[in-house]
Amino acid sequence: MAKVLVVTSGKGGVGKTTSTAALGAALAQAGQKVAVVDFDVGLRNLDLVLGAERRVVFDLINVIQWVAKLSQALIRDKRLETLWLLPASQTRDKDALTEVGVAGVIKEMRSKFDWVICDSPAGIERGATLAMRFADVAVVVTNPEVSSVRDSDRIIGLLESKTERAERGEHVEKHILITRYDAQKAQRGEMLTIDDVLEILPIPLLGIIPESQEVLRASNVGSPVTLCNATSAPARAYLNAARRLKGDVVPMSIPTEQRLFRRLFGRRAA
Amino acid sequence: MSFLNLFRRPASAPFARERLQVLLSHERTAGKQPDLLAILQDEILATIARQITVEHENVRVRIDRGATVSTLEIEVEIPHLVGTVPTLLARMSSAGACHTVRMPNFSHGIV
Repeated sequence: MAKVLVVTSGKGGVGKTTSTAALGAALAQAGQKVAVVDFDVGLRNLDLVLGAERRVVFDLINVIQWVAKLSQALIRDKRLETLWLLPASQTRDKDALTEVGVAGVIKEMRSKFDWVICDSPAGIERGATLAMRFADVAVVVTNPEVSSVRDSDRIIGLLESKTERAERGEHVEKHILITRYDAQKAQRGEMLTIDDVLEILPIPLLGIIPESQEVLRASNVGSPVTLCNATSAPARAYLNAARRLKGDVVPMSIPTEQRLFRRLFGRRAA
Repeated sequence: MSFLNLFRRPASAPFARERLQVLLSHERTAGKQPDLLAILQDEILATIARQITVEHENVRVRIDRGATVSTLEIEVEIPHLVGTVPTLLARMSSAGACHTVRMPNFSHGIV
């Protein structure tokens, strides 16, 4: 039975889609059967970040409205055969997302995958509330910056009140994923530290993704960063985060870029 | 290093941290209990409006939500009285998240 995971944040531009793609790919790289679902109706981008934008035929709304079957709408990744994408509609109105419709699609996906990862749109409107509605697990993506932390706090409140699990009195497993972290700025007192963020948002830490040009590079070429450059610092951070999601115990660290000579000569030069 | 520190701007992250802690302590209770300051504001203005006609632009409300003490200031210009234009200034404070009204401070009273 699949775990339904929502990647959410409230604030836009903090790295939800990047994180959905990277965590989805990392779980698939570990042999899990994964579907990533784009809930950003009208502003879809997960297809682009995954490099599948030219292969979109049907979308989530088509499946909800019985225009297409789920199997027709799912796009299989070209590199990872256990990774699938269900794109959002680019043309429809977001009101076409209905709770009953989303419930039906999620239920069908639960029986077919190990992980169903819902990429939430920014905000707290219909797309965002339906992306989290049926989640068992939530990854709250947060930048170490005041507006992002405030919005994450709001989203944690919604996860604890507006999800189906919360309404049944059950626990929604929540994790924080800190992205765009700059350890040097934090050390100089120019950026909130990991401890600052965790003191304000007291939920378990899933991972720390360092600020890196590799993330932009990966989206430029349409490849999850864990595939594009698996040894880069953000890729290692996402791969570790994915292992923690699976339940592995991985010590928390902030990966840094390895120097070229160290990559060439391995540990001997380290 | 201490020499370099002279040219370095003071760290801004502690400000971010403190501002967030104060803000979120208010926002977290806001969903569960109604905001006392907002209720007081409505009731005080309703009470004044029962006695005198007050133009909207003659009412100034200032709210400052602090970590331990919040203050609500309502300043009302009362027109149509002969001579000077009197002003009613009510200032109230509340302590902590429990929002106990510490003092209905009318020390400024009716000027």
